[in-house]
Parts: sequence; structure tokens; C-alpha cells
Amino acid sequence: MQKQSNMPYAIEVQNIVKTFGPVIATNQVSFKVKKGEIHALLGENGAGKSTLMSILYGLYRPDSGILKIDGEVVSFKSPKEAAQKSIGMVHQNFQLVSTLTAFDNILMGLPESWWRGRNWRFKKVKEIESLAKEYGLSFEVERAVWQMSHGEKQRVEIFKALYRQSDIIILDEPTSVLTPQESDDLYRTLKKLKETGKTIVLTTHKLREVMHACDHISIMRKGKMVASMPSSETNERDLARKLMGEMPVEVRRIEKSESSTKPSKNLLELQEICAKGLHGEQALNDLSLFVYPGEIVGVAGVAGNGQKQLAEIITGMQNPTSGGIKFKGKWINHSSIKGMIDIGIAHVPEDRLHTGMAGSLDAVDNLLMKDYKKEKHSNLGIMKHSRNLDWAKSIINNYDVTTPSANYPVRLLSGGNQQKLLLAREIEGDPALLVANHPTQGLDVGATASVHNLLLDMRSRDRGVLLISEDLDEILKISDRILVIYQGMITGEFEPSKATREEIGLYMTGSKTQFNVGALA
Amino acid sequence: MEIFSMDIMQLLIIASISAATPLLLATLGGILSERAGIINLGIEGMMLIGAVCAYIVSIYTDSEWLAIIFSLLGGSALGALLAFLCITLRSNQIVAGLGITLFATGLSSYLGKSFGGSQPQTQIPNLDIPWLDNIPFFGEIFSHLNWMVWISFFIAIVLYVAIFKTRWGLHLRALGDGPAAADNAGVNVYRYQYLMTIIGAALCGLAGATLILVYTPSWNDGLTSGRGWIAVALVIFSRWHPINAIFCAILFGLFETLGFKVQLYYADIPPYFLKMMPYLTTIVVLMWVGWRNKNKPNGQPISLGKTYIREQRG
Ligand SMILES: Nc1ncnc2c1ncn2[C@@H]1O[C@H](COP(=O)(O)OP(=O)(O)OP(=O)(O)O)[C@@H](O)[C@H]1O
Ligand SMILES: [Mg+2]
Repeated sequence: MQKQSNMPYAIEVQNIVKTFGPVIATNQVSFKVKKGEIHALLGENGAGKSTLMSILYGLYRPDSGILKIDGEVVSFKSPKEAAQKSIGMVHQNFQLVSTLTAFDNILMGLPESWWRGRNWRFKKVKEIESLAKEYGLSFEVERAVWQMSHGEKQRVEIFKALYRQSDIIILDEPTSVLTPQESDDLYRTLKKLKETGKTIVLTTHKLREVMHACDHISIMRKGKMVASMPSSETNERDLARKLMGEMPVEVRRIEKSESSTKPSKNLLELQEICAKGLHGEQALNDLSLFVYPGEIVGVAGVAGNGQKQLAEIITGMQNPTSGGIKFKGKWINHSSIKGMIDIGIAHVPEDRLHTGMAGSLDAVDNLLMKDYKKEKHSNLGIMKHSRNLDWAKSIINNYDVTTPSANYPVRLLSGGNQQKLLLAREIEGDPALLVANHPTQGLDVGATASVHNLLLDMRSRDRGVLLISEDLDEILKISDRILVIYQGMITGEFEPSKATREEIGLYMTGSKTQFNVGALA
Repeated sequence: MEIFSMDIMQLLIIASISAATPLLLATLGGILSERAGIINLGIEGMMLIGAVCAYIVSIYTDSEWLAIIFSLLGGSALGALLAFLCITLRSNQIVAGLGITLFATGLSSYLGKSFGGSQPQTQIPNLDIPWLDNIPFFGEIFSHLNWMVWISFFIAIVLYVAIFKTRWGLHLRALGDGPAAADNAGVNVYRYQYLMTIIGAALCGLAGATLILVYTPSWNDGLTSGRGWIAVALVIFSRWHPINAIFCAILFGLFETLGFKVQLYYADIPPYFLKMMPYLTTIVVLMWVGWRNKNKPNGQPISLGKTYIREQRG
């Protein structure tokens, strides 16, 4: 049966079918990964990538199909059994216990040492810190996960998997919230692991990474495996076409003519705002900025430099310790979320499923969440059901959200589709200002383009957009003006046509600054 | 008896600590299962079954230690039932717990009545440690505390150490706050939940045994008189922490004792009012705790009451 010359594949999957109620997540998928390669699994949002990976990790049991690891047929009953076959996984929705520290999360489930007293802990913390440094993943080992930024959680989640030294490592969108620098470090680590004989499977929506780091590429579309080839036989453009089955939508950004002068009045103005962060540190330091109507202002910066607080202050989720906010020429004291929504400020938060939506409710209710009191949707407190359903259906259609029905709980949707739904809700309210925090995080190529077009659309309707993102390409592509945030201060301002990635990168890391910031030292 | 030579403070402390013992044991039981994510509203029922088991066995065997063992078994049996209902059948945890209490109330009164008020000839001895007795003021208090008091303190401390200093405890904490993450890290979620619910229920059974062996001389229906429900509240006051549970239980033991004492001195206060005291205190303290901690995470296990199902998202 076994041919000696043929080395078995590290992973071999045959005709896997997995359904969730009405949804066929993977449809007769077959997939092979050679030992010792970095294999990229690409696909649009909802294509079934996470489902396939969860099956490999024993989290989901397939309805039918065969799974072989190192040539041996296996049927995992739990992630524990997969781990015993030396498989590790980084989850797209981080699998971290929020109340525990990074340390506890990393050591959870590992068999070593039943007694975990102070000495043992001390030794382990040291070990983890030095290993984390080696991998280029920085995080506070003894900090509780609920106090961490999204990026820090991602780094812990990756470290947790690497720490287990598994032979097969599965990474589901590990780089969607990492900075370019961190992503580079991660790929360097992965290449090193590959050289020691480990097998790596990963997903990402960033095609550039795929081209320079991966050996082999497989593409899924709508639950099916549609292509698989060595990365040397393809290029970014070709990949994009294969992913979508058609040419991707172009992002059209119309330059404003030089003659059209800036509107005289600004829409939003922040004056010397100070604010505290999660750990009581000074997150914003006399930060001032303004946004004009009809303008997209991009805020570039490495995660954790005050972006979260900036967004929360503008949207009323947090109050500044000092400084002033002016909106449409009026001062705002003691803002509240409701107050900010009422005056026309909308928000696409960083953590969509926690602060953005109610997971167990369906699309209709989530879309209505901010607008339910409007006459269009309810009358004297009674919801207009069939009308709201039609309205929701048309939004789902217009924004190209993939869901089996408008009454399907949103937590069951793929990450990308949740994001589209959230954006649709915020834009449909026709706000004067949209604060978008990483709006395309985790979105596929097509969806990213349509989100960019939606934002540009707002701009042409004279609405203001504050785009907070770590993705420099995105910022360079659609902003009218770029601000760089570093340690809670704006350290640079650029015109996109005149700035380069490298230049902005220097400001993001604090190596350069345009303004006099003596306090920094 | 030399008891009369002690001052009122010492008497009060002894009475409060003794009254606290069943509350503490039941609270610890509740903490265990709730830390694993399973709400236990069957505590009252488990105490009753534990009490009736201890009662019957002590009548037959005259052995308090055998009685204790059977109370543990009786409690565990109900714990296994609760775990089966909540984890395997995924029924609503509130309903399952209430159901168990109702069932156990009926069963225990049926079993207990058939012994027509016979009195068990058993007595839990006091712990005699000579060098402890020499401590001024406290020495005398210590010499009047029975074995169960010491056992309950010991269990609380063991649980504290186990929960916060061992691998097992890490898994338990992880389980209550993020069963999906624990599952992904290779923790056997259901096995832990079963185990914790059963051990917790055994402690509730032990609490019941303490009541019958130390306090009431004979069986009477509903002899727990709502202590199980107070324990449910104590689990919350103690913020799911075994050491806090000791203090909370003693505080409530004090209220219970004060109720009796006031009755002795002021006969015209209606007895119903005094009986109401512990429950009234429960409500007041719950409100106070809630208000004081309104801006803090309350320590409640995040997945409490939500049965974990692996392939279900969110
Ligand atoms: N646990 C689940 N319960 C119900 N439906 C699910 C579940 N997991 C996935 N699905 C559905 O299966 C389909 C595939 O989802 P999956 O998460 O695998 O997509 P994906 O390719 O990872 O997308 P993304 O790029 O957005 O992460 C989606 O339609 C999703 O709604
Ligand atoms: Mg996914």
C-alpha cells in the first residue's frame, strides 16, 4: 500500500463536508499540505477557511470525509486529541480567557507541574519573556487579557501556539491586527520553524504577505477548493482574480480639484485632549486635530499609541481628563454615547462582536439597533416588522452581506460579513462624521475595496471620515490627509501624494517628529 | 457548667462560628460548581438530603463518622443529577437547580418522617488541642468549637490553595470564564464540570449533616430553614473566593445568633421578625455589595449559567 519513495503529506484532507444548519461551510473539500512547507489558504470572507482549519484542529467534527495526519487516518474528538498529534492552532477569534493573565493563558492545558507556586511562576515568566523576545512578539506577561489591546491579544494568541512546539501549526489570520513590522517578524519566525521541519498552514487576506512568505497556495471559494499551486506559479493579480472568480472592484478615488477651496468651517475639532488608558497611563497627551466635511483623515500609528482612546473620546464612550471637543462649531461637554449618535457621529469599533453588535440577535435587529426609534421603523414603541425586514433585506443586498437569511444570528456569520453588516448600519444612519477603527480588518480583497468605496462615497457627500488604521497602504490609498499618532500625540501631518511609506514609518515608531514635543524627551 | 464562666463576647463568637459552619460548607460547595460555570440552586435540596442521610445512618449505626460519609454520598448523588441535567441534557440551569431542591425537599421529609422523631445518639466531639487552650480569651473559644468547624475551615483553605496555586485550579478558573478557550487548550471541559458539580454537592450534603449532628436533636421537616438559599447569596458576597466565604459565613452566623439572643431578652419582639433577620440581612448586604462594586467586575464566572457547546459560535 505504502510507497517508500512517497513521503506522506503532513496533512491530507479528502472530501470534507461540514454544514451548520442551512449553511454548507465546506463542500467536498480536499486539501494537501507537504511536510515542512508554509501553506497559505486563501478565500473570501465566509469561504470556509476557518471551518476547515477548525476541523484540522479537532474543534469541529466533519459530517463526512477523511482526515490524515502524516499518512495516518485520524478522527479527532476534541482539540486535546489534535494537540496530542502535535497540532497547534492560532484562532481568528482569539481563544483566550479574558480574566486570566497572558501567563495563565499560555500555560493553560499544559501538563507540566501540578503545583504552580511562586518559584515555579517566576522561572516560567523569565522563560516566556525571553522566548517572546526571540519571536518578536511583545506583550506584558502578567497582564490580564481583558486589559489588552487587540494587537496585544493577537500576539499572546500566536505565542501560545508557538510555545507548544507543535509539529503542525495552523494560523487563522494571524496578521490581521499586527503592524507591518510585527508581521515581518512573525514570518521570519515561521520560516525558521519551517527550517526545523515544522509544517505551517495559515490564512490571510494580505496577498503581498502570501507572495513573499509562502511556498504553496490553496484557494477556497464558497465552501469549495478551487485552486492549488506553488506560489512561484502565480502573482498577486492572478491570485486576486482566482479568489473572487472575477476581477476585483477598483477603488476609485477622485482627486478634488485644487480650485475647490477647503470648507471654511471644520466639522470636528479636538483641542489639547488628555485621556487615561486602561492601566491608568496617559494615553492621550494634549492631542489636537480637526476634520473638515468632505475629507477623509487617516490616522496612522502603531497599535496602542492612543488610537482606541481617540476613537472612544470622539464617540462618547470615554470622557477626556482635560481638553475640548468641538463639533459643527459647538462645544461638547460631558459627552455620552447616545448624545454623540444624536448629533451625527457614528463609530465602527475595533472589536466588532463585543462593542459593535449583539451576537445572538439577527441582522434585522442589529441593523435597527441605533435607529429603532425613528418613525420609519417603529410607531409609538411598536416595531414595524415586515417593513423593517424588507429594509434589512435591501441593506444586506446592497452591501453584499452573505447570510442565509436576515433572521440568522450574526454571531454565526463569518468575520468579514459581520464587519460589512456593522459598517452598513453606521453608514445607513447617514452620520456627519464616521470614526472608523480598522474598518477593513479581516476583510477579503473584494470586501476591502467595497468598504473603501463606501468611505469615499461618504466623502463625496461632504461627510467627514476619521480613518484609524495600522494598514498604511489603506491610509495612503484613500485619505486626503494623513496624521501620525505616537504616544498619544500627533507627531506628523502629510499629504498622501507627497508622503512615502518609509517616511511615515519613521514617524510611527517615534524616530522622527514634525512638532515640538518637549514633554517626550 | 463552665460555660457560664465565659463572658458574653466569647459566647457570641462561639455561637456565631458554630452557626457559620453549615453556611460555609454549603457556600464552598456552591463556589466550586459555579467556578466551573454551573449555577447550583439545588444547594438547599442537597443540604436536606445530606441531613436526612446523616440522620438515618446515625440512628442505625450510632456512628457520626459513617453518618458524615453517607451525607457526602447523598449530596454527590444529587450533584451528579444536576450535572447530568445541565451538562449532558443542556437543560436550563436555574430550572434544574430549583427542580432538585423541590424534589429533595419532598424526598427528605418522606424519609425523615418515617423515623418518627427518634433521636440519634451521636455527638460530634470538640477538638481538643491542649496548647491552643492556653491562649488567653481565644483559648476558651477554641476549646468549645466542634470538629466540623475545623474541618470546614480546613476545606476552605485547601480550596483556596488549590484554586489559586495549582494547575487544576487554573483549569477551573479558565473553565468558568472561558470554556471555549479552555477546551481549545486541551482542558476536558465536561469532565471538570461534572467533577466540580459533584464535589460541590458533596460539600452541601456535609453542610446538611452538620445541621443534624450538631444543631437539631432530631429530624423536622425543612430543618435547613432556608440556609441553602443564604448560601446561594453567600457565594455571591464572597465573590467566588473561599477565604472571603469564611468571613461572610461568620458574619451571617452572627446575625443568626443575634436573632436568638434578642429573642431571649426582648420577648415582645415578634419571633417572626427575628426569623426574618438573616433573610433581611441577605437582601440588604446584596444591595450594599452591588452598590459598592458597581464599577468593578464582580468576579462572577463569565460563562455562569451558559452551558458550553463546542461547535456553537459566540
Ligand atoms: N459554528 C458555526 N455555526 C454556524 N455557522 C457557522 C459556524 N462556523 C462557520 N459558520 C458559517 O460557515 C461559513 C464559513 O465560515 P468560515 O468562518 O469558515 O469563513 P472564513 O473563510 O473563515 O471567513 P473569514 O475570512 O470572514 O474569516 C460562514 O457562512 C459561516 O457563517
Ligand atoms: Mg475565518
